[in-house]
Amino acid sequence: MKWYILPATAYFSAIYLFFYLPIVILIIYSFNAAQYSLVWAGFTWHWYQQLFADWNLWVAAWHSVVLGVSVSTVATLIGTLAAVSLYRYRFWGRRLQYSLIFILILSPDIVMGISLLILFSLLSVLLGFWSLLCAQVTLCLPFVAVTVYSRIVSFDNDIFEAAKDLGATDFTIFRRIILPLLWPAVFSAWLLSFTLSLDDVIVSYFVAGPQYEILPLRIYSMARLGITPTINALCTVIFSLTLLLVLLSQLILRKKP
Amino acid sequence: MRIRQIDLFKGFSLGIVWIWLTLFALLPFCLVLLASFLSYDENTLASLPFTFENYQRLYDPVYFHIFARSFLLAGICTLFCLLLGYPFACFISRLATAAKSFFVLLIIIPFWTSSLIRSYALIAILKAKGLLNTCLLALGWIQAPLPLLFTNTAVIIGLIYNLLPFMILPILTNIERLDIRLIDAARDLGASWLTIFWRIVLPLTMPGIMAGCILVFLPAMTIFYIPDILGGAKSVLVGNLIQRQFLVMHNWPAGAATSIVLTGFLALLVLLYRKIAADKGGHEFL
Repeated sequence: MKWYILPATAYFSAIYLFFYLPIVILIIYSFNAAQYSLVWAGFTWHWYQQLFADWNLWVAAWHSVVLGVSVSTVATLIGTLAAVSLYRYRFWGRRLQYSLIFILILSPDIVMGISLLILFSLLSVLLGFWSLLCAQVTLCLPFVAVTVYSRIVSFDNDIFEAAKDLGATDFTIFRRIILPLLWPAVFSAWLLSFTLSLDDVIVSYFVAGPQYEILPLRIYSMARLGITPTINALCTVIFSLTLLLVLLSQLILRKKP
Repeated sequence: MRIRQIDLFKGFSLGIVWIWLTLFALLPFCLVLLASFLSYDENTLASLPFTFENYQRLYDPVYFHIFARSFLLAGICTLFCLLLGYPFACFISRLATAAKSFFVLLIIIPFWTSSLIRSYALIAILKAKGLLNTCLLALGWIQAPLPLLFTNTAVIIGLIYNLLPFMILPILTNIERLDIRLIDAARDLGASWLTIFWRIVLPLTMPGIMAGCILVFLPAMTIFYIPDILGGAKSVLVGNLIQRQFLVMHNWPAGAATSIVLTGFLALLVLLYRKIAADKGGHEFL
C-alpha cells in the first residue's frame, strides 16, 4: 500500500461528507419530535402529517409539476430545433445564434429575471403561469440546445446525404433519422429542463405572481423565516423524489446507449 | 414541391428559434439597457428624460462596497473550490471505470437536486447550537459556540457547498483527456513529481481550471438566496442589491443600471477567458 492512499481516501471521504452530511441531517431531523433543538426527542411522523394536511402546499406542488412538464416540453422542442438547425444549415446569423446560446448559459439568472420582468410589465402581461412558462423556457432552452448539439455533432454526416439522395425531405430526415438517433440526448435534455424548472428560484422570483404559487418560491419564503421541522419534511420528500428520478433516468439512459 | 417542403421545415425551425430568442432574450436585454438610462418615477417606475444618474450613483461608497464585497466573496469561494476540487478531480480520475462512474454520479446528484434546499440544510450544521459547534465544543477545540450563521463565512461555505461540483466536473473532463504518456516520458527524463505537476499537468489542465473558475465565480456573484438565508445584514451581494432595487425600493432604472454594470464585468471576465484559451490554442470548454 502506498503512503498516499490513506490521506487521499480521508480527503475523498471528507468531500463526500461535506456534500451529503447536511442532507442526511435534514432527513434525520424531519423525524425528530423536538421542534427547536438538535436534541433527539424521539421518532415522529407528525411533521409529515402536518405537511400533507397543508392544502396550499399541494396546490403549489401541483403548479410546479404542471409548469415543469410544460416548460421542459416546450424548451426541448425549441432547443432541439435550434441544435438541429445549427448543425444542418448554413444561414445568415448562424454564428450569432451559436453565440447567443452560449451567452444565455453564462448570463446571470438575475439579469434574465429582471429583463423579463421589464418586458412583461411593458406588455402588461399578468404575472402567473404564462410569464413563468416563457421565462423558464428561455432559461432551459440553451441547456437543451447544448446537450442535443453535443450529441448531434458525433453523427456521421453521410447518413443525411444518403437520405437526401434517396429523396427524403428535411422533415422526413428529422423525423425518421435525427429524432430516433437523438432520442437519449433529447430525453436527458428534457429531464435537465425539468429539474432546472423545479429548482429555479432566481428567474421565477421576478416573474411569478400571487395567482400562481410554485413550490421553490414557497420553500424560499418559508426558509427565510428559519428552520422548522415541516420544511425539513418537505425537503426530504422533494429530495427523495428527485433522487428517484435521477436514478431512473440513469437506468433508462444506460439501457439505450 | 419538395423544394418548398424543405424550405418549410427549415423556415419553421429557424423562425421559431429566432422569434423566441429575439422576444425573450434580445429584446428584454435591450429594455434593461434602455431602462438604465431613464429617470426614476414613483408612478410609472421609469420615465423620461434620459440620464446618466443611475450610473453615477453607483460610484457611491455604499454601492462600491457591495460590488467589492461580492468580488471578494466570489473570489474566495472560487479559490476554495479550486483548492478543494482540483485534488479531488485528480483522485477521481485515477479510479477504475466502474468506481469512477459511481463516484461521478455522487457528484452529479447534488447538481440535480434543489440548491435552495441544500442551502437551507446547511443552517442545521452552522447555527449556534448546530452540529458543527456541538462537535467542536464536545471535542474541546472551542470554549464558546462560534457565531457562524448570519456571517460572511456562512455565505462562503454555502456558496462553496453549492458550486463545488461546477469546479470538479470541468477539471475532471480535462484531466481525463490528459495523455498519461507525457507524464511517463517526463518521469523517464528524470523530472521530479513537482516539476511534472508544475510544468506539464498544470498547464495542460489550465482550460479546465479556468472553465471551472468561471462557472463558480459567475453564479457566486448573483445567487441572492444564499446570502439571504445564510448571511446577515452585512452580507448583501450584488444579486441581493438588484433584487432589492427592483422589488423593495421599486427603483427599476437604478436596478437596471446595476445589472448592466454587473453584466459588463462578467462579460469582460468571459472575454478574457476566451482570449487566453484561444491564445493557448487549447480546447475550449465554454
